[in-house]
Amino acid sequence: MATLVIAEHNNAVLGAATLNTVAAAKAIGGDIHVLVAGAGCAAVGEAAAQIEGVSKVLVADDAAYANQLPENVAPLIADQAKNYSHVLASATTNGKNFMPRVAALLDVDQISEIVSVESADTFKRPIYAGNAIATVQSSAPIKVITVRSTGFDAVNATGGSATVEPVSGAGNAGKSAFVSEELAKSDRPELTAAKIVVSGGRGMQNGDNFKYLYSLADKLGAAVGASRAAVDAGFVPNDMQVGQTGKIVAPQLYIAVGISGAIQHLAGMKDSKVIVAINKDEEAPIFQVADYGLVGDLFEIVPELERLV
Amino acid sequence: MKVLVAVKRVVDYNVKVRVKADNSGVDLANVKMSMNPFCEIAVEEAVRLKEKGVASEIVVVSIGPTAAQEQLRTALALGADRAILVESNEELNSLAVAKLLKAVVDKEQPQLIILGKQAIDSDNNQTGQMLGALTGYPQGTFASKVEVAGDKLNVTREIDGGLQTVALNLPAIVTTDLRLNEPRYASLPNIMKAKKKPLETATPDALGVSTTSTVKTLKVEAPAARSAGVKVKSVAELVEKLKNEAKVI
Repeated sequence: MATLVIAEHNNAVLGAATLNTVAAAKAIGGDIHVLVAGAGCAAVGEAAAQIEGVSKVLVADDAAYANQLPENVAPLIADQAKNYSHVLASATTNGKNFMPRVAALLDVDQISEIVSVESADTFKRPIYAGNAIATVQSSAPIKVITVRSTGFDAVNATGGSATVEPVSGAGNAGKSAFVSEELAKSDRPELTAAKIVVSGGRGMQNGDNFKYLYSLADKLGAAVGASRAAVDAGFVPNDMQVGQTGKIVAPQLYIAVGISGAIQHLAGMKDSKVIVAINKDEEAPIFQVADYGLVGDLFEIVPELERLV
Repeated sequence: MKVLVAVKRVVDYNVKVRVKADNSGVDLANVKMSMNPFCEIAVEEAVRLKEKGVASEIVVVSIGPTAAQEQLRTALALGADRAILVESNEELNSLAVAKLLKAVVDKEQPQLIILGKQAIDSDNNQTGQMLGALTGYPQGTFASKVEVAGDKLNVTREIDGGLQTVALNLPAIVTTDLRLNEPRYASLPNIMKAKKKPLETATPDALGVSTTSTVKTLKVEAPAARSAGVKVKSVAELVEKLKNEAKVI
């Protein structure tokens, strides 16, 4: 029994979520191999070989895999997967994009966004926007799984000494092509990996007012998130959205500012260790999950908070 | 071009669901059901493509119980031309649904298939991608913009760091993200007209598809409840508690 973990990366740097996914693989037991599919991704392969607990790294270096187009990478992964009992990927937009395609190519069901490993064939995963936790058992010969990184503590990025082996696949399927990418620029920590997250909602009133949150976040070394209302109103770009349809975060501290706390938003942050809510409406549902609530005007509270921390 | 849209009947997104006392599942008796919000966006996109003269016919398909006819009628009232219901009272996994959709695709031969990115009940986010593998068609998942350009489809996708645009050969599969569009409401005259639009039914057996699954749900529990918090009176008190009590800053 061995597990293949698909590395999350951008061809230059190994994605942090990979370390949480290796932790899930460790909980399953058996040998852990990592597949790096990309173009010019040798450095990622070297980084993956350093991960604690990984015994082999497979590197598929081909221009066709540069942008992780599922039409190209899914056949490669499915082909490699035949030698494994489990195939795991992080539940990032990449993992969510190609893994179900891998599962269907292997003719097995996929288990999405597991948050715990009960045994080699039994896993827990949230359903209904996190309002219920299902325990599911798989009898599939190859278990295809995506891992919610907030459910597992990252393994050490160093300490391993895996062998690196090149592999190849069918390459370009000729069905799709990458056109362009527009990445939001930010110097703050990545939202899903940050220890502290400061999020704003409709109560911020406009995009300009998010400067209060950026300023507080910089003081705390925090990432800045947003509710769907703030994204839809055009205050901030959509990759900042926290929730069922956005990103799932579980930081040490989550500060919700001007966010009412709809269940779709709570689905993305209610596993945070400590939740602080700042809202002028004392009936707002966010106070039901907040460890510390402060009722008042956020435009007075946030600058004062920044001064005092 | 012919467009196929898949819709799912799910518990309404505003309902706070309860786990059954015997942990066998979520209690759906007497709970309001609706069309999955991402599926509404899929229907809307198809209707807009028809209004632009790109789509010639919209076929809407649902897989589920007889009651899913309600959601198909809603889609017809929003502008779909005809509907297909694959009746099944079992709770089907994504792979089974994708196989059933593949059978419908084989029969209908659409150029474009639009699905929601995920259903808000199972939160799987799998069906569109699986259908991609089964049909061999390319996929544009988490779409926030869709443009037909000759025999290609340009899809702008919401990815973790921002946006990505891909060009897909038609026929292709698109799964919708929230920002693709804002779905319209069905007007009363259109609801009346939708009652006369054709709705055919099929069964998994008739389509020759086996719906057996390798995954079974052992139990469903309520998530661990958070212990009740406190309201603080001032920012100073908040900072003091975060530093000394919670020790998070």
